[in-house]
Amino acid sequence: MEAWRCTMGDVWRKAVVDSFKYLPRSFRERYAQVAPPDEPIPWTPLRVPLHEACIALVTTAGIWRKDLDPPFDYEREKREPTWGDPSYRVIPRDTRQEQIGAGHLHINNDDLLADVNVVLPIHRAEELERTGEIGALAPSAYSFMGFQGSPANLQPWRDVYGPEVAARMRAEGVDAVLLTPV
Amino acid sequence: MPVLARLFEAAGFSTVVLTMMPALATALGCPRTVGIEYPFGHPLGLPGDVAGQTAVLRETLRFLATAAAPGALLELPYAWPQPQDVAYKAWQPREPSPIVAYRRELAAREARERREDNAAT
Repeated sequence: MEAWRCTMGDVWRKAVVDSFKYLPRSFRERYAQVAPPDEPIPWTPLRVPLHEACIALVTTAGIWRKDLDPPFDYEREKREPTWGDPSYRVIPRDTRQEQIGAGHLHINNDDLLADVNVVLPIHRAEELERTGEIGALAPSAYSFMGFQGSPANLQPWRDVYGPEVAARMRAEGVDAVLLTPV
Repeated sequence: MPVLARLFEAAGFSTVVLTMMPALATALGCPRTVGIEYPFGHPLGLPGDVAGQTAVLRETLRFLATAAAPGALLELPYAWPQPQDVAYKAWQPREPSPIVAYRRELAAREARERREDNAAT
């Protein structure tokens, strides 16, 4: 545990975690050129202790509930490779493994189809709720699909779907959000 | 995902992003970032590894409460149990993604056209 580092976001210092370990070499240069946002980083301190906080989970694994919702539009992405589905799906917290559908075209889905907790830890968070480490796991988790086109079009997330999920989380009394990109 | 983290944080939620690409998350202004050196598609670890998943989740959520200022980064020390070359292949889709296939096709077409142009001149 002594290897932990907790620092401010100085990206190009020597890091413990190599962000490019599992990518082709060319990505290192490509991502070095990302422009930081113009606006300052927003900040909401956790308003209650963790053992009282209601936590929502959000992933970009592009999963859905097979018995409740249609899949993401992976067929359109196959026809239009520069487009990615911007919509989202609700994953209720009582979802069982066999109800999870997956089809993200940019990763191998075998492991999350065996155990959804590798991308969306609903069952692990339920256990932390039972032991009292967190106040509650929110009734709903949310799944987006990470590939938003090339070049990425983040406007639908920003203008429509992000605010929609924020409103749903507010209605469910959420204090904090764990986001797990894949 | 950084755009969603920022949006939720600005909407009054405390957010933390658990990611295999902490360099990108911090560069794009995520309020709190936890980095983990696992292959893509596995932010919490291996399927069925309850203890490992719980450890990652627990530390990530604790950081929600302890991170001191915007842009804070925690790097977890966990190492992936498979050799890098195995994990590098295993996380990727069986078929290239549509955008990768499309770019390869474009590159091949351009190369072919260049060859034809050279042959014509």
